[in-house]
Amino acid sequence: MEETVNAPIIEYLLRLADDRLILGHRLSEWCGHAPILEEDIALANIALDCIGQANYLYSAAATEEGKGRTADAIVYFREALEYKNLLLVEQPNGDYARTIVRQFFYDAFGVLLFDRLQKSTFHPLAGIAGKAVKELRYHFRHSSQWMIRLGDGTEESHARAQKALDELWKFTDEMFLPDPLENELAKEGVAVISSSLKDEWTGTVREIISTATLSLPLQTAFIHKGGRSGHHTEHLGHLLSEMQIVARSFPDIQW
Amino acid sequence: MTEQKIHDQWDLWEVFIQESDNTPHLHAGSIRAADAENALQNARDVFARRGTAKNIWVVKTEHIIASTPEDAPSFFEPTKDKVYRHPHFYKYTLDDELWKKP
Repeated sequence: MEETVNAPIIEYLLRLADDRLILGHRLSEWCGHAPILEEDIALANIALDCIGQANYLYSAAATEEGKGRTADAIVYFREALEYKNLLLVEQPNGDYARTIVRQFFYDAFGVLLFDRLQKSTFHPLAGIAGKAVKELRYHFRHSSQWMIRLGDGTEESHARAQKALDELWKFTDEMFLPDPLENELAKEGVAVISSSLKDEWTGTVREIISTATLSLPLQTAFIHKGGRSGHHTEHLGHLLSEMQIVARSFPDIQW
Repeated sequence: MTEQKIHDQWDLWEVFIQESDNTPHLHAGSIRAADAENALQNARDVFARRGTAKNIWVVKTEHIIASTPEDAPSFFEPTKDKVYRHPHFYKYTLDDELWKKP
């Protein structure tokens, strides 16, 4: 009975957590490879923030679920179909511009989302959001300043940033698609309806893109979606196999 | 600013961190950065993320005017045997501990 009541909340928490985890994992792939030492550290810091937020969200989901599953079990022993993250965050790092554009798109969204979630009537989520939004504001500051620096930088950095914008733009609509789960939970004040954030997101993103002397990509009719229902791009499977291999090869290993 | 510098490294910046109210900013180290905002963020990420910090200053290393080793004899030697020149002379005896405390 209780499980039925909480199922939508658990699903919602997992979805938020998956966004944070997968993006954080992608950023962690830069560790030791970033263009300069300072950015290597900056990206590792941001990755840790993302994974930390994911950990809180998974733990909250596990508590709601009440079956004794841990955050680690949720992360390491689910298949790609069970992951509900946005397609955007699983896209490969590419060059630095591509990583920054991906981050910028999510950060602009995340700041709005987690700011609103601070008022969630589901108190564990409101608490997590209060901490997360501070980190996200910093992430947004970092990624948006890099958008401007790359876009308004050299000919090469401008071209790379524009290419990344054009390639990743098609994944942004998925963030704002109408969603039955959100609608249901929003009635009780638990969730935020993402589509209500679209105008503000678009305004912020346009402003930065314009300051960066970049061009807003043309709207495409075809929306890349499926992450929320577990239908991912080919990239998630590869990411998961690398992330999960140790835990699956040596279950219950301690270190 | 005026001339395009050709080099493969960003400018060097010095980082000063204030750990709490009413304490001085202390030199934490150096970083490289593309511009002022980038310097502030890199300083935060490299030096301030895990420790306690209240405020950060960054300044381009080239803007720090330093005395040279050749200046040392004329700058510093004369004060060594004239303790009455030290600001603490009349209030305190010169106690090393006073200097060690931040």
